[in-house]
Amino acid sequence: MKVKTGPEKIIPILAAYPEAGRDSLIPLLQDVQEAEGYLSREAVVAVGRHLGLPAGKVYGVATFYNQFRFSPRGRYHIQVCRGTACHVRGSGTLLGRLERELKIAAGETGRDGLFSLEVVSCIGACGLAPVISVNGEYHGHLTGDDIPALLEDYRNRETDEDD
Amino acid sequence: MKIPITVNGRTVEAEPGEMLLAPIRRAGYSVPTLCYGEGMTPTGACRLCVVEIEGRSGLATSCATPAEAGMEVLTHSPRAVEARRTIVELLLARHPDDCLYCARHGFCRLQDLAEDLGIRRRRFPADPLPTRLDISSPAIARDPAKCILCGKCVRVCEEIQGVAAIDFSGRGSETRIAAAFDEGMNISSCVYCGQCVRACPTGALAEQDSTGRVLEALQDPELTVVVQHAPSISVTLGEEFGLPAGKDVDGLLAAALRRLGFDRVFDTSFSADLTIMEESSELVRRLETGGPLPLLTSCSPGWIKFVEEFHPRFIPHLSTCKSPQQMLGAVIKTHFAKLAGIVPGKIFSVAIMPCTAKKFEAARPEMAREGLPDIDAVLTTREIARMIRMGGIDLARLEPEESDPPFGERTTAGKIFGAGGGVMEAALRNAHYLLTGSPPERLELKEIRGPAGIKEAEVEIAGRKLRVAAVSGTGNARRVLEEMEAGLRELDFIEVMTCPGGCVNGGGQPYTADPETIRKRVRALYRLDRSGERRVSRENRSIQRLYREFLGEPLSEKSHRLLHTAYSPRDVTK
Repeated sequence: MKVKTGPEKIIPILAAYPEAGRDSLIPLLQDVQEAEGYLSREAVVAVGRHLGLPAGKVYGVATFYNQFRFSPRGRYHIQVCRGTACHVRGSGTLLGRLERELKIAAGETGRDGLFSLEVVSCIGACGLAPVISVNGEYHGHLTGDDIPALLEDYRNRETDEDD
Repeated sequence: MKIPITVNGRTVEAEPGEMLLAPIRRAGYSVPTLCYGEGMTPTGACRLCVVEIEGRSGLATSCATPAEAGMEVLTHSPRAVEARRTIVELLLARHPDDCLYCARHGFCRLQDLAEDLGIRRRRFPADPLPTRLDISSPAIARDPAKCILCGKCVRVCEEIQGVAAIDFSGRGSETRIAAAFDEGMNISSCVYCGQCVRACPTGALAEQDSTGRVLEALQDPELTVVVQHAPSISVTLGEEFGLPAGKDVDGLLAAALRRLGFDRVFDTSFSADLTIMEESSELVRRLETGGPLPLLTSCSPGWIKFVEEFHPRFIPHLSTCKSPQQMLGAVIKTHFAKLAGIVPGKIFSVAIMPCTAKKFEAARPEMAREGLPDIDAVLTTREIARMIRMGGIDLARLEPEESDPPFGERTTAGKIFGAGGGVMEAALRNAHYLLTGSPPERLELKEIRGPAGIKEAEVEIAGRKLRVAAVSGTGNARRVLEEMEAGLRELDFIEVMTCPGGCVNGGGQPYTADPETIRKRVRALYRLDRSGERRVSRENRSIQRLYREFLGEPLSEKSHRLLHTAYSPRDVTK
C-alpha cells in the first residue's frame, strides 16, 4: 500500500485505489470531490503523489472538466443552465448578472461562503428556460432583473435561520 | 526496409516509423513548424507543417503523420500555403501587437513566419488575450498573452527535464499553460533551467531581465562594479555578433566588459578551479571516511532545486561546495574587498551566466552574509549581448584583453566546466593528484565526453576503482537516481548538469542553437583544453596564492564558511 499523507478524509479514498496509475485519475478526483465537496489544493497534491503525477498535471486535467470545483460550495449553490434552450432564451445575461451581483465568477464561492456559482450544460427543465437551480430549487423564466430580488430572498432566509 | 515516397515529385526514402517531416527536410524542402521539437513527442498542435497528400481529402501534419510507401506529398501547394497563412493570421489575431517592446523581438518564430508568409494586413479583427504577467520568480518571466499554446514548454519540462512544473489547464478558448493552481512560478516546482525559454517560439517566456539594475549600478559613482563570466560564455557569445559558432571570444569579451564600464573583469573559470580544489578534496575525504557516496556535484542550481524538491533523500550526497559563481561572489566581497580597500557594501557584483537558474541561486538566502548578497545581479549570455549592442560596442573589432587579477587566471580544467562531463574530468584530474601526488597520465576522459545524456566510466586512482558518471538533463538525472535506488546502478561520483549537454546548452544561451551549434561550442572548449598550458586546477597559481594568503587549505574552516553551503528539502506544492 503506498498511501502517503494527505487530508485525513481522503486517505481512505486513496487506499481504495492501491497501485493505481494515471488512468485512475478522474475516478479518484470524482470520489474526492464527492467526499469533500470540492478539490482542495491539498487533495490535488495528495492525489498526484498517490498516482505519481505532478500537481500541475492533475490540476490541468481537473480544470479541463466543468464537474470539478476548486473551492467549497457556498451555503446556496447556484447552477446556471447553459443548455441550448436556455442559451437562446438569454441564460448568458443571467449568468453575467449573477456574476456581477455576487462579485464572483462561475466556479467560485463568495468570501462569506453564502453563494457559489456553477455553469451546467442542461438540467432538463427546458420548458422553464432560462432556468437556474439553487440547492435544487428551480427558478424558471428568469430575466436579469429578477436576480437581485432572488438573491435577497436567499440572504433573508439566512438571517431567518440564524434567529 | 526503406519506405519510398515522393516529395514535390522527387523520390525520397523514409525510415520505417518516421514522420513525413524528416524526409521532407532531407529532400531539401523546409516546412515551417512552431510546435515541433526534436526529441519531443510530436503533437501536430500548431498545424503549420501541414502538407497535401495525393488522394487524401484533408491536409496532414507532416510532423505527426508516419510515412507510408508510395505517398505523394506536396509541401507547397497553394492549398497548403494558404492554410499556413491563415493559421498565422489567426494566431496574430489573438496576439498582442507589441513586437517592438517584446523580449523576443528579432528572435521570434511567429514574427519570422508572418514575414515568410508575406502577411501585410490584418484580415481578422484583433482580439488580443489579456496580459497576466507572471514575474513572481527570480529567474523566468511568463506572459501568457503571447502564448500560442504550442506546448513545447510543457513537453521540454516534462519529457526532457522530468520536472513538469507547467501543463495545459482549462479547455477550449480558456486553455492556458499554467503551473499548479494557476499560481506563480515562484512557488511551483520549476527548477528555473530556462529550457522552456529556449523552446518557446514567441515571447511568452523570457528571463527576468536584470540589465536595468546593472546599467544603474554602472552609472553609480559610489559603486565598484565587478563582473565575472562563466566558462561557456566565451564560446557562445560570438554567435550573437555574427561570429561562427564555437569561436572563442574570451579576450574580446573582457575588452567589451571594460568598455561597458565594469571596474574589474574576473573569470568564473578561476573559481571553477577553486570549486575543483574543494570538491576533489571533498571526494577524497568521502572516499577515505566512507561516505556518503556517490558524491553528487553541486554547480548547477537547477539540479540542486530538483534534488531538494523531488529527491531530498539524496541531499546528503550533494557536494557542499557552492557553485563557481557563488564561490567567486564570496571571495570578491571578502578577500578582494580587503585587497582593494573597498567596503563590501560598495561592491556591486555581476555574474554573466549561460543560465537562468543562476538568478535564482544568487537570490537564495544562504548565498548572503550579514544581509549582503554575494552576487548582486546575474545576466544571461543574451542579456550581456544586448548590453554590448546597446553600448555601441563592435565586439569583433576590439583588441583582446585579459581578465583581471587576482581572479583572472584559469586552467583549462576550469574552462571545460562549460561542457557536460567537464566538471567530472576536472575533478578527477585533481583528485588523482591528491591521492597519488601526481596528475593522471591520461588527462582526457573520452568516455564522459560527447552529447549522450548519461555517460559512465570506470577510472582507477591509487589502486582504487572509481565508477563515475556524467549526466545532463534533469530527466536523465531522475532516471539515474531511481536506478540507484533500485540497486541497478552503483556509482561513486556523479556530475549532474541541469541542461542537456551542460552549460553550452544552458537556458540563458543564444536562442539560435541547433545540435550542430552545440557540438561546435563543446569542441571549442575541448580544443582550448588540448592546447592548454595548465590543465589541472591545482596548477592555477592564483588559486595557490588565494589559499596561501587567505583560505589556508581546501576544506579549511574559512573555506567552509565562504565556499560551502547546505541544502534543505522543499515542499513546493504546499
